[in-house]
Amino acid sequence: MAKRIDISDLDIFYGDFRAVADVTVSIEPRSVTALIGPSGCGKSTFLRSINRMHEVLPGARVEGKVVMDGQDLYGADVDPVDVRRQIGMVFQRPNPFPTMSIYDNVAAGIRLNARRMAKTDLDGLVERSLQAANLWREVRDRLNRPASGLSGGQQQRLCIARAIAVEPDVLLMDEPASALDPISTLAIEDLMTELKERFTIVIVTHNMQQAARVSEQTGFFNLSSAGQPGRLVEFDSTEKIFSNPEQKATEDYISGRFG
Amino acid sequence: MTGVNPSPPVRRLGDRLFAGSARGAGIAILVVLAGVAAFLVVDSVPALVAPAADVPGGKGVFSYVGPLLFGTVIAAVIALVVATPLGVAIALFLTHYAPRRLAQGLGYVVDLLAAIPSIVFGFWGIFWLAPRMVPFYAWAEEHLGFIPLFAGPASATGRTMLTAGVVLAVMILPIISAISREVFAQVPTLHREAALALGATRWEMIRMAVLPYGRSGVIGGAMLGLGRALGETLAIALVLSVSAGTMTFNLISSTNPSTIAANIALQFPESSGLDVHTLIASGLALFALTLVVNVLARAVVNRRADFSGAN
Ligand SMILES: Nc1ncnc2c1ncn2[C@@H]1O[C@H](COP(=O)(O)OP(=O)(O)O)[C@@H](O)[C@H]1O
Ligand SMILES: [Mg+2]
Repeated sequence: MAKRIDISDLDIFYGDFRAVADVTVSIEPRSVTALIGPSGCGKSTFLRSINRMHEVLPGARVEGKVVMDGQDLYGADVDPVDVRRQIGMVFQRPNPFPTMSIYDNVAAGIRLNARRMAKTDLDGLVERSLQAANLWREVRDRLNRPASGLSGGQQQRLCIARAIAVEPDVLLMDEPASALDPISTLAIEDLMTELKERFTIVIVTHNMQQAARVSEQTGFFNLSSAGQPGRLVEFDSTEKIFSNPEQKATEDYISGRFG
Repeated sequence: MTGVNPSPPVRRLGDRLFAGSARGAGIAILVVLAGVAAFLVVDSVPALVAPAADVPGGKGVFSYVGPLLFGTVIAAVIALVVATPLGVAIALFLTHYAPRRLAQGLGYVVDLLAAIPSIVFGFWGIFWLAPRMVPFYAWAEEHLGFIPLFAGPASATGRTMLTAGVVLAVMILPIISAISREVFAQVPTLHREAALALGATRWEMIRMAVLPYGRSGVIGGAMLGLGRALGETLAIALVLSVSAGTMTFNLISSTNPSTIAANIALQFPESSGLDVHTLIASGLALFALTLVVNVLARAVVNRRADFSGAN
């Protein structure tokens, strides 16, 4: 079930270094929210703070609130493991488990949830997830082959299948197509359009056309100067951001004048 | 096609030197190995053809070497069964649980174990470990005696096959844990984060990403450890109380087969003539055993090479 996320006054730190400051934003369910901005402005850092992946790095911490459908994800009694089971993530570089088969990769998250599932049910779920990721037809004959034998684009779609197999509420994608060829990129963009029917999607992208094509809302992150924290400069409907942004910096960035 | 002459690939001097020395080193290893094998075979022949009654023990060379081979395998298997899980657990603790400072200190201590000469382990085994194992052996005989491994009679000195195996385990522990630690530390962040992002706990992440990735490295470490255990001489010679010709799975009595290496060390000074050839024949058996073990280990690693994560 897609859920909304309300973030307020979020500061994100690596040790003493404040990488992202003062983010307040609401992410709508059943839509694609794109995050754009120059390198190093904290888009990945921000994304990883939503599913509490940020804190797996030593010394990394956040201050502020991330609330999903009324539940504070950083509340004292909240287990980050549970947060990550509800908020799936797809990384910039495809990272299927190289030691597992294609089938086992998709089933990995389901098995984690310790749900005892009949083999036929699991087969069905794996098939549906691969179908949802537009990968089923390409791999159905070799489900038991290692995932590392797939092409980069296929591996990334396998990672998407793995993430959606556990039916998360939210799907975070950090430049999911940046390592892929144009055809695989289109395949993944089409996929996002289908997936937003069921999930809340947040995608970081370097590619402005991509943001314009797939998203309803767009946020622009920027860095005033090196060593300063990144900030969410502007957040609005994608249409507005790309036609008539409020901020000069946003306009400069999307028209390619810097970044 | 235009008239461009395909120029032959330039072979630089450095390339040729490197290729040549690498090939030379490879051939040298094979030559040394073949030399050792040839020596062992040639010098075993007198023992193999001698009348059974002339061979030590009086029943022929196979009856002499058999129990030794058996003892070698038993001691090494005990060592491996004890040390592998322990070494893997230590490596996991050091790489994934311990705070960095503690991990460095502990890692250093474990590595230090590897530098201790085996004679010291022998003394430790005989004077410290063996007496402390005696009460356990008595208890095991009484309560677990129905298992052939603990049939008894329990040794009063503690100088049993199990004690010897445990001493070997401590000796090979640093090898296994150091290599496991190395491979566990090399698991790409990408794979660990893939597991965590799916909602894996730390232990689940280790089972999904770390252990499978490190599997072939752990097997390699265990094989190196096994190699040391099979060839260990002094510690066994000191610790184990042996009676020639025994073959038993009973691990807690004072009547044990010796191991090949320990037996050679103990017998060689007083041997001459055919006795020496018999000892060399036992050495040949050890050599063959090591080869077989290595081939098996390689087969295990290769069986799932597609899934190794190396591609
Ligand atoms: N693991 C890390 N440790 C310390 N600083 C980091 C780490 N990862 C990123 N940073 C810093 O945080 C800032 C934001 O980085 P990042 O979120 O990766 O930016 P983006 O994804 O927008 O390119 C940068 O200044 C970067 O150097
Ligand atoms: Mg990034």
